[in-house]
Amino acid sequence: MKQIDTEIMVIGSGMAGMAAALFSAQRGIETVQVGITGEINFASGLLDLLGVHPVSDGTRWQDPWAAIGQLVSDEPRHPYGRLSVDQVRTAMDQCLAFLETAGLPYQTNGHQNAKIVTPAGTVKTTFGVPRSMFAGVTVLAEKTPTLLVDFEGLRGFSARQIAQTLGPVWPTLKVARIAFPGAGGELLAEHAARALDVQIHRSSLADAIQPLVGSCRAVGLPAVLGIYRTAEILADLESRLGVPVFEVPTMLPAVTGLRLREAFEQQLPRLGVRAFYQQKVMEAEVLSDGSFRFLVGNEDAQICVRAQRTIMASGRFFGKGLRADRIGIRETIFNLPVHQPAERTLWHNKDLLHPDGHPINRAGLSVDSRFRPTDAGGKVIHDNLYAAGSILAHQDWMRQKCGSGLAIATAYGALSQMK
Amino acid sequence: MHTQVLIIGGGATGTGLARDLALRGVECILAEKQDINAGASGGNHGLLHSGARYVATDPASACECKLEGRLLKKMAPHCIETTGGLFVAVAGDDENYIADFPGMCTQAHIDVQPVDLHTAPEMEPALSEKLIAAYAVEDATIDPFKLSLDNIAHAQMLGARLLRHTRVTGFQVNDHAIQKVRLRNQVDGKELIIEAKVVVNASGAWAAEVAALAGAEIQMVYSKGSLLVTQERISRQVINRLRPATNGDILVPGGTVSILGTTSERTASPDAIYPEIHEVDHIIEQGAAMLPILARTRYIRAYCGVRPLISQGEVGDDRSVSRGFALIDHSEDAHPIRNLITISGGKLTTFRLMAEKTADRVCRHLGVAASCRTRTEPLPNTVEARWTEPGLAPNMWIRKNDPQDKLLCECEMVPQSVVDAIVSSLRKRGSRPNMRAIGLRSRIGKGPCQGTFCSLRVASYLYDRAVFSDDEGVQELCAFLRERWRGQRPLLWDMPLAQAELMEAMHCGLFGLELEAE
Repeated sequence: MKQIDTEIMVIGSGMAGMAAALFSAQRGIETVQVGITGEINFASGLLDLLGVHPVSDGTRWQDPWAAIGQLVSDEPRHPYGRLSVDQVRTAMDQCLAFLETAGLPYQTNGHQNAKIVTPAGTVKTTFGVPRSMFAGVTVLAEKTPTLLVDFEGLRGFSARQIAQTLGPVWPTLKVARIAFPGAGGELLAEHAARALDVQIHRSSLADAIQPLVGSCRAVGLPAVLGIYRTAEILADLESRLGVPVFEVPTMLPAVTGLRLREAFEQQLPRLGVRAFYQQKVMEAEVLSDGSFRFLVGNEDAQICVRAQRTIMASGRFFGKGLRADRIGIRETIFNLPVHQPAERTLWHNKDLLHPDGHPINRAGLSVDSRFRPTDAGGKVIHDNLYAAGSILAHQDWMRQKCGSGLAIATAYGALSQMK
Repeated sequence: MHTQVLIIGGGATGTGLARDLALRGVECILAEKQDINAGASGGNHGLLHSGARYVATDPASACECKLEGRLLKKMAPHCIETTGGLFVAVAGDDENYIADFPGMCTQAHIDVQPVDLHTAPEMEPALSEKLIAAYAVEDATIDPFKLSLDNIAHAQMLGARLLRHTRVTGFQVNDHAIQKVRLRNQVDGKELIIEAKVVVNASGAWAAEVAALAGAEIQMVYSKGSLLVTQERISRQVINRLRPATNGDILVPGGTVSILGTTSERTASPDAIYPEIHEVDHIIEQGAAMLPILARTRYIRAYCGVRPLISQGEVGDDRSVSRGFALIDHSEDAHPIRNLITISGGKLTTFRLMAEKTADRVCRHLGVAASCRTRTEPLPNTVEARWTEPGLAPNMWIRKNDPQDKLLCECEMVPQSVVDAIVSSLRKRGSRPNMRAIGLRSRIGKGPCQGTFCSLRVASYLYDRAVFSDDEGVQELCAFLRERWRGQRPLLWDMPLAQAELMEAMHCGLFGLELEAE
């Protein structure tokens, strides 16, 4: 069996695992990363920082930094409470700078949150927006006369739905449906994106949209404009159409999540990360000297990793970092103590959309000020074991709209506070 | 509006009564406060009882079940799967009951065949190794939605009118008779008045509430029963526990799934009931004693219904026919209301008989001589009701092989054309299509994803087809997902919990529906 010795082992390849491996490699630390990349395909591609607090009031914040201050003051156990605002800012800046160099540029609304249209016709508060979507933030803010185009066969994306829903606030939003060039029947976002990447149909797409633009001053399209060459495709469309073009988020799994995965998967190994993206931890052991030994593989263990330190970024239930049976919730790799409601009857509210959210979403690993998991008494479990991202307790990223910020900032926090 | 008969309640009994009256040439309107089978008619096992379950406690009901079951197999075969059933006991079950069971069946005229303990596991491999007795019976399964939708569709073809989402708000009673019934449309809030010669209260668990609006008193208590839907079909036949009837006794196949239940819990009201976590755990533990796989299998959904239990002092002629249901002619009350009849209680298996007895009484009031035809007239297999059948939509879709007809629900393979058909039939009947109505009439949202993906796809499609306009899609999505959630919540562990997390990530994390919900 192949043996690897490393300083840091990152378990997980969602947003938190990717960020942890990035920050680790950027510090010149030997890094191994393990985790099946599947879940990041379900990332929306929007980098939330903090949009809503308190969730029970549904209060949306324009200024995420002020929101974080208020959140930490109200909920000191929230993972953001383990960080200074400067650390969160630095983490976000570094991650956004990395994505820029990785060819997946993001844009923010200065230091403020941005508002962006979703395929349900609602308006989402987020922070980092793929540059390919950013004109959508501007035209929504200014209610610019805009043409929203959708494609025959792309299910779950109706320009008419968005325009009808937003009609009262954005009456100049026009819609058109076109056939995606070369497609018939069902259109999958990923297939459309791959076709545009290799220049198939780019000009016929512009030709199909051109006559529909009329007096509209911007054109929105579902987010299918390539996986690797989005900027090029966008520039191409803009020059042919003569107006700004932007992408609108689609339902999950979205191409925008796939782009994130590809950017990290291609770039992290170049930064020196030894990544095993199609494998998982099958066995984990804490050795007497405080280091770790992992068996990594798929069906069978193929690699033995010895690591001085470990960052758990293994996610929640969908990411398989946590698992529940009828009795309780456990952590899947080290069987770490999980902060959780006393019994299953308390996990979920009877109303899906209850304003308080569901208590189970605040279950997870409790950590000390250095992001090391602790037991119920607050005692650190292993000196060299850290946790980051959605597996952490005392947060509700779905309701607070803080998923990416939480992943990125806590990964940064765990690394920057290692001794 | 004027009519001969106003039926209140669109469950199996109300829809069955509408058809029975329509077949006799009696004009009727059915008013339902929600949608077809919104109460106990939609919250049960879908079991066509052989009667064997009732041999110990209620032999008359048992025999009634047997006769009605046999009749329905002839009259409505398209709603029924003749699966057969087994009664099985495992080590530890009451041996006296097991020993008495064949004799009790014989006395109640219920057909049972002993099955030897080597043959039973060959018939049903999921059965426990601790099996100690097994008997074969004539159980079958019935699709209660298809049944009620077909009944009302046939009634409508014969001239009956259906008012969905229309709640009775009051009665004008003069001189011991209902002169006018006030109703309100739950969607647009519009009021309407119906004048009917006879009013039939077929509102199931809400019968006492409706009767009280007219000043009539019914003593009723409510028993909630919860059930679980498995992802896979566990058995070919209906599997009953051979013991005095209690919780978690019956596993009923329903197309591609199985349904495990039930419980019996008193509730104070028939409204705002949920399948609760302790019930789910109890049902699974009980069921797993018969079929150990039930402890490990994946569950998709839980649901519940309320059994109305009526304690009525006086006994009229028609009620003595059966102890299983209550037919109350309020003209015989101490404070009579001459033209109000309540029909409540009973079982899905005997819905037709309940409708017949009620229609007989209605006709006596009206002086109509026509006799019941539902014993001899087969129930038509209507287009309206066809899409609740598991496997039908996929078969039709594959056979049609039209790439333009995209699947909106991938779990249950429901294409756009099925949504079109349901929208058009709802509109033809003057009803406004919405997502829950489409869900009720199809398999949409009933698979493992429980609406995660298909909800937005259906909403988007309905916008494209100009069925939806303005911002109504947002509240439609909220309502559809909330309704699915009721049945998901008690079953959220392991994979379904991960699935629910993805659902919330998209619908709350990305779309922020919780911030829009009313």
